[in-house]
Formats: sequence, C-alpha cells, structure tokens
Amino acid sequence: MNFLNLLNAMPGAVAQGLIWGITAIGIYITFRILDIADLTVDGSLCTGGAVCIMMMLSGHNVFISMIAATFAGMLAGLVTGLFHTFMGIPAILSGILTQLALYSVNLKIMGKANQAINVDKYDLLVSLRYIKGVPFYKNTIFVVAICIVLLVLLLYWFFGTELGCALRATGCNGNMSRAQGINTNLSKVLGLMISNGLVGFSGALLSQYQGFADVNMGRGAIVIGLAAVIIGEAIFGRIFHNFGFKLIGVALGSIIYYLVLQTVIWMGVDTDLLKLLSAVVVAVFLAIPFWKDKYFKKSVVKKGGNTNA
Amino acid sequence: MLEIKNVTKVFNPGTVNEKLALDNFSLTLEDGDFVTVIGGNGAGKSTMMNAIAGVWPVDAGQILIDGVDVTKLPEHKRAKFLGRVFQDPMTGTAATMGIEENLALAKRRGHNRFLRSGITKKEREEYKELLKILGLGLEERLTSKVGLLSGGQRQALTLLMATLQKPKLLLLDEHTAALDPKTAAKVLETTEYIVNRDKLTTLMITHNMKDAIAHGNRLIMLMDGKIILDIRGEEKKKLTVEQLLHKFEEASGEEFANDKAILG
Repeated sequence: MNFLNLLNAMPGAVAQGLIWGITAIGIYITFRILDIADLTVDGSLCTGGAVCIMMMLSGHNVFISMIAATFAGMLAGLVTGLFHTFMGIPAILSGILTQLALYSVNLKIMGKANQAINVDKYDLLVSLRYIKGVPFYKNTIFVVAICIVLLVLLLYWFFGTELGCALRATGCNGNMSRAQGINTNLSKVLGLMISNGLVGFSGALLSQYQGFADVNMGRGAIVIGLAAVIIGEAIFGRIFHNFGFKLIGVALGSIIYYLVLQTVIWMGVDTDLLKLLSAVVVAVFLAIPFWKDKYFKKSVVKKGGNTNA
Repeated sequence: MLEIKNVTKVFNPGTVNEKLALDNFSLTLEDGDFVTVIGGNGAGKSTMMNAIAGVWPVDAGQILIDGVDVTKLPEHKRAKFLGRVFQDPMTGTAATMGIEENLALAKRRGHNRFLRSGITKKEREEYKELLKILGLGLEERLTSKVGLLSGGQRQALTLLMATLQKPKLLLLDEHTAALDPKTAAKVLETTEYIVNRDKLTTLMITHNMKDAIAHGNRLIMLMDGKIILDIRGEEKKKLTVEQLLHKFEEASGEEFANDKAILG
C-alpha cells in the first residue's frame, strides 16, 4: 500500500465525484423534492452518454451533443412521468419499466454495447487526461465545478418561480396542491423531466471523461446518487439551509463518496464487492431516520384533549 | 351559487363493502348563504364536500358552481372556484414550505403558473397585514416552515389561504374537529369574521350541534346520503339543541346516538 498511489488517484476521484454530483442533484429533485424514488436514472445516464458519444462521432460539436444528451434524458423522464400519471402505474414501477426499455434503446443508439471516443481526435470537454498537466480552465475538475455552479444557480432560480413552487408543493402535499389549483400530474412529469435531463447531462460528461459509453454504465446509478444525497445531507445538512447550498452539499457528498471509494480500492478491497458495499451503506443510512424514530424517540407525555392540537 | 342536482355516489360498487354515500342528492345554495351541515358518521357529509371539490368523479348527477357546470372538471381546475379547509390540520398546508410560500401558493389559485417569481416583495407586505387578523403572531414568522406550527395555527393559516383569493364557495370540512376547545373556538371566530367580511357563500360541516345552530343562516342534517332536515331563516335563529334532537328523531325515526355532537 503506497500512500502516494492513493494521493495520485484523488484528483481523478474528485472529478468523477463532481460528474456524478450532477446525477445526484437530479436524484435529489425526484427523491427529496417530489418524494419519488425514480429508477429511470439507471437507464437515462447511459442514454445521455450514448447520445453524446454517437453525436460527436458523427461530427457534431461537443456542446450540441451535450444539449442533445440532456434532451434525451428529459425524454426518458417524460416517459416515466406518463407511465406514472397518465397510465396510473406506481412511480417506482414506472421508473423500472422505462429503465428496462432504455436498455434496448441505448443498444440501438450505440449499435453495440460499447462505443469509444478518442480524446486525441475529438474535442472533448472533459477527460481522464485533462486532470493533470493542462491549463486550469481546461482541467476537468474546474470545468465540471463551473457546470455545477451554473446548474445550481439555474435550479435555485427555477424552484423560486411559480412553477417551481408548485413542484415543491406537489412533492410535499398533493391534496393541498390540488386544492390550490396545482396540476400535480403536470408537476410530477415536469420534475421527472428536469431530473433525468440532469442525469442525461451527467452521463454525457461521464462518457467523455472515461472515453466511452457503455450500455452498463448506469447500473446502480440510483444507489450512487442516493449515497451522495445522504452523505451530503448528513455532513452539510446542519450548515447549509439555503436550497442552493443544499444542492452544492449533494455534489460535495458525491465527491466524498468517490474519495471513500478510491480509498477502499486502495486498501485492496475486491472491486467486485464495491456495489454490494454501496448498497449496504445506502441501506443503513436510509434506515437511520426510521430507527431514530422507532427506538430513540423520547416519549412525550400526552395530555388529554390536546393530542391533536 | 351552488347547485347540486341529483348526485349519486357509490363506493366499492359490486363488493360487500358497497356503500351508497350520496343518494340522488340535491342542494341549492344562494349567494351569501352560510350553511352548517350536521349528521352522524357515514351520513355523507364529507362525501358531499369531496363531490363538490372533485376529489373523484360522481356516478350520476350534475354540480354547478356560479352557473358553471363543473361535474367533469378535475380537482385542480375546480380549485379556482373553491376555498377549502380540511379536518386534518396537516392536509391544508405544505409543511416543508414557509408560511409566506404557502400563502403565495394560495394567492395563485386559479391562475396559470409560469416562470414569474413565486413570491414578490409586495406580497410579503400584504401577507404580513393579513396574518395580523389571525392574532397568532404569525406575521413575525413569515419564513418559518409551516411544519413547525401547531394544529390550530395551521388551520387558521389554511383558512386564510382558502380565502386569500375570494372563493365562490368556501368548504369547511369539520375544520375545528381536531383542535382543543379553546383553539377551536378561536378558529371558528376567525371563520365567522372572514365569512362576514367577504360575504362568502359557505358550507361548514361540524360535529357540534351548538356550533351548527350558532353559525350561519341555514342548517341541514344528512343521513344515509340524503338531507333529512333543512332549517333556515327565523326558524333557525330560534332553534335549540333539544329541538334539533327532537326534529332529528321525527325525521329519522331513530334516537341521535352521538354524545359528542350533543355535549361538545
């Protein structure tokens, strides 16, 4: 175990964490704001990557390709949203259906299971190679950090608008929202689209970063994203109360997740076990609020007549 | 203002739990009517409210609000006509959002929501003034999350939200039932104040016969999805709880078996 190796791997982990941070922000929107666990992301992450790589390979500009990837993600979110609202399928199952369908779609977009892109021949925005020895404005960590700041500003503005407030209200209390004239179905579809758009964008960055899009690249994305959300909230929840900072906290949570992951790999843990480990960690953290409530809550003496007041 | 014509609603049709909740139900409210609604459990009081609000479609009949046929309109589209306060204080507000944000949501009821600001500076001043009416000190806590408020505070806030945009019809579904007596009286007092100030057409369900007699200009009693008593005007003003119980026994042929309604 050479400590220098670990140190050398850290910038890469930070870059990867930041890219996944955008996925995590997308997951935060569905999981925390809309109160839906949206499994679409396992498919839409790859859709974003596939669209971006295929468009670049056919000669499109990187920015156009990434915008297209974002739209492809939003389309996936739209499908899940329609499954859920128009067809009345439970949210979690809607996401699973879209995710499964996207496996075929992604294969068709790429033509095969894996499509590589050469960083020397194409003008990529981010890459493994742009971590060290490049001017800072070309550095992947810098580029993705700027992306996140811009996205957070955009989301902060949006969730302060009438439409954004309606979306937050929908996630918090559907009955109240409808009583106030909010079309809760529309809000849910819109939220799923925004979330998966971000995930598609994140997939586009990820595929450029690793130099290829792979049909399996999104497997477990929801768990990684949730891990980032939970870590972000656990560590920064008490410091960040403002909505924008909460989103930043989620992105930082993602970085911490990848730093820990990198350390675990460095310690020599079998990499085959990493997904098992992630799942266990997320399960435990999701259980903590439940356990707190069930086993550690101080019993409150109830006075007659006032219990509901 | 409100016309309910021959509305029928059956829950769980074709099962052992089949329940005829509204049976060819008709009710007409005039502009400015304040109608109190009483009845035992399962009489159809809340079903009537939900039918008007459009929580689910009715099986037969027609509902008109201010001359507009709303029978086929979904819940969120009927909202522009209605102000609603629910029995459960948790139902009427968004707990994770601030007091001012909740009010701003209500302010936009009946309007299309776009990318304009969710709450403006001018509105904040307006809300501060409006919250003073409640006398709960909420005007000093505009940005507090509603989840931190007590049940009574939340009901008072919901009432304010329901009437922020003057509704064609105010629906109060046992909105004081979950509160302690003192808080309930306070919320009811505020209700009376706002209804009189804005001359609102109101339907108020209550489990309390005294309240049903003390408020409004008309009282209806429901049983088995039908109106079995309809008392208004001078007759209602003179009404006592004993008379009401007597009338109930006459109309239904049963004794009124609900201590809470008599004593409460």
